[in-house]
Amino acid sequence: MSRLQVVSGKGGTGKTTVAAALALALATEGKRTLLVEVEGRQGIAQLFETEALPYEERKIAVAPGGGEVYALAIDPELALLDYLQMFYKLGGAGRALKKLGAVDFATTIAPGLRDVLLTGKACEAVRRKDKQGRFAYDCVVMDAPPTGRITRFLNVNDEVAGLARIGPIHNQAQAVMRVLKSPETSVHLVTLLEEMPVQETVDGIAELRAAQLPVGRVIVNMVRPTLLDEAELDLGLGRTPRTAIAKTLAAAGLGGARGAAGRLVDPLLAQAAEYAERHALEGAQRAVLAGHGLPLHELPLLADGLDLAGLYELAAELRTQGIA
Amino acid sequence: MSLDPARDPLDVDALLDDPKTRIVVCCGSGGVGKTTTAAALGLRAAERGRTVVVLTIDPARRLAQSMGIDSLDNVPRRVKDVHGGGELHAMMLDMKRTFDEIVEAHADKERAGAILSNPFYQSLSAGFAGTQEYMAMEKLGQLRSRDEWDLIVVDTPPSRSALDFLDAPKRLGSFLDGKLIRLLMAPAKMGGRAGMKFLNVGMSMMTGALGKLLGGQLLRDVQTFVAAMDTMFGGFRKRADATYRLLQAPGTAFLVVASPERDALREAAYFVERLAADDMPLAGLVLNRVHGSGAAELSAERALAAAENLEASSAGENLEASGIVDQEGGNVGLGNSSESEAPGSPEASDSPETSGSSPSTEETDSGTGSGSGSDPGAGSGSASVEQLTAGLLRLHAERMRLLARERHTRDRFTALHPEVAVAEVAALPGDVHDLDGLRAIGDQLASTRP
Repeated sequence: MSRLQVVSGKGGTGKTTVAAALALALATEGKRTLLVEVEGRQGIAQLFETEALPYEERKIAVAPGGGEVYALAIDPELALLDYLQMFYKLGGAGRALKKLGAVDFATTIAPGLRDVLLTGKACEAVRRKDKQGRFAYDCVVMDAPPTGRITRFLNVNDEVAGLARIGPIHNQAQAVMRVLKSPETSVHLVTLLEEMPVQETVDGIAELRAAQLPVGRVIVNMVRPTLLDEAELDLGLGRTPRTAIAKTLAAAGLGGARGAAGRLVDPLLAQAAEYAERHALEGAQRAVLAGHGLPLHELPLLADGLDLAGLYELAAELRTQGIA
Repeated sequence: MSLDPARDPLDVDALLDDPKTRIVVCCGSGGVGKTTTAAALGLRAAERGRTVVVLTIDPARRLAQSMGIDSLDNVPRRVKDVHGGGELHAMMLDMKRTFDEIVEAHADKERAGAILSNPFYQSLSAGFAGTQEYMAMEKLGQLRSRDEWDLIVVDTPPSRSALDFLDAPKRLGSFLDGKLIRLLMAPAKMGGRAGMKFLNVGMSMMTGALGKLLGGQLLRDVQTFVAAMDTMFGGFRKRADATYRLLQAPGTAFLVVASPERDALREAAYFVERLAADDMPLAGLVLNRVHGSGAAELSAERALAAAENLEASSAGENLEASGIVDQEGGNVGLGNSSESEAPGSPEASDSPETSGSSPSTEETDSGTGSGSGSDPGAGSGSASVEQLTAGLLRLHAERMRLLARERHTRDRFTALHPEVAVAEVAALPGDVHDLDGLRAIGDQLASTRP
């Protein structure tokens, strides 16, 4: 089991949700996990229904069996000042740099530098040990940038190589890359069974592999339940006369076959036709994903929307499927 | 047909037809169909007679192909097969190319060469998170000033937050013009002036600290870059400001795009508030992927109860009593024959004998095959009409739950922002691949006319 689990996915696929569920699942039975956010969106706080997270590791949930989930929203500016403090004891100068916009520069303008700080902080948490020499966290789960940017984000070495060929940023990038390209790291991609997210996932897998970053699993999120099986679709979409359905609806107490129940037939069949089209499309997308030799997992669409209870449900599902 | 229509429908055609509308900006969080909406609006406006250019940022391959712009060349190209008297042009933003063009246009050849080959510039132009936003704005300004189109529809970059689109250009602009840049230039400019000596010491301490942090070579690259770009700096800020003002001008309309999901509508609400704070004209909200039902009068609860009813009867009763099997067979068997024409009672219990023996045995077979109920299709592979109908009802119940959830989410938004006009687009089973698909979306966008 990799100790740094990076979760990416196209916007709208629920990667933050999956990352949080994964952190919960990995914390089950007395483990301690850290869930980190790097994009300043406060998505974790919203998910766990707490106030905005500071730049500080704090406990946000307990897992079944006594485990704990900590969360950290990494702020690149504070991470930079942290870093300056740690390596250079630049307390006052750090503040002056900030005043001049240098911190702004390094964290928002200079590409790559920002990413080194964010991934660097996560890697630091992965490697951190307590006084007894045990790891501070059993696992670190990162809610990472979307699939379209993930390779560039993680491949800080390449990004920074052209910029800083020597110096501490360069060394930091090297150290981070050693962790990210090792089996200690696993990058998971969250997708939906729709064309665009699947295409992006496929592209993402290729990019990650080309950059020699360890691709872990593909997690299909919000999978709709199978409500009509093939035989029913076959029967419903063409072979069963509307009158038979009308009469069955009437028999079920939904009004007369030529009245209220009858009027239901067309819209119900239209919904079934949409379902069938979608179902076929989902099957095709599933096949595309299966062609990449990665473990494929599916998480159900939660019927009542996502809340805290739903998050625990997804965590349990991840454990059932052997991800955690 | 779908959710009960929003209180204040958005009149898309009036917006597109108004010759005073010159720019439509589609914004919203990622994955809500912004690009598709922009393309559909552009096509509709063109087919209603306007000369339109659609600036897309990062379209899905097939959407781009549907408009014939599958290669990245940063130049508007005319889309073929557009009906009506207008014209549709489409382009995909190439941010690096756009940045390079600015440099080439504003520096002499030698200097431009120095800038373009500077590693810091290369990294900045290809990767900085705000560069895409800045260049989208830059491109918009360019298109507008060429005045070849009477309507520009802009898609916005897939930022982590919809607001980045408004803020990033200023951030890049003020960085390029800012204190830090001047500081980095300082050693070259101020060296030797006695009065500045004290300041200079502070400066070199600062650049020393920066050098320590970034590595001396990077600092030198930045300094070279800054020196080479010197003449352009004033320009950047000015350009960013000019484009920002363009967005506030009459003739610009913002459309916030969202799907009826909590996160997307939360982003949409932020955006609506921000636009109001900045005096930017909001035309309305486009709500994509809304689900509807033609049978909305049947509630989820009733549909489920009826489905259970049918499943219970097809699971057990037809085996218990042959009389009932006969009746069930009658209902089912009707499907195979034509006596549904008979003006009989809706119960149809009077005609089992016409459906005869063969369908009824068939039905009994499939009844036993899948009679265990919970796993339909495990047996013979064919399902009874009861099972089918129960399936249809379950499908409907799920649809109605989804509808209720979407309505709730939408109502929360409209309660907070009752002034925002809304256009709804129904969820499609698949993605849009061609102009017909875009046309259909355009029709839907316009169908919520008041």
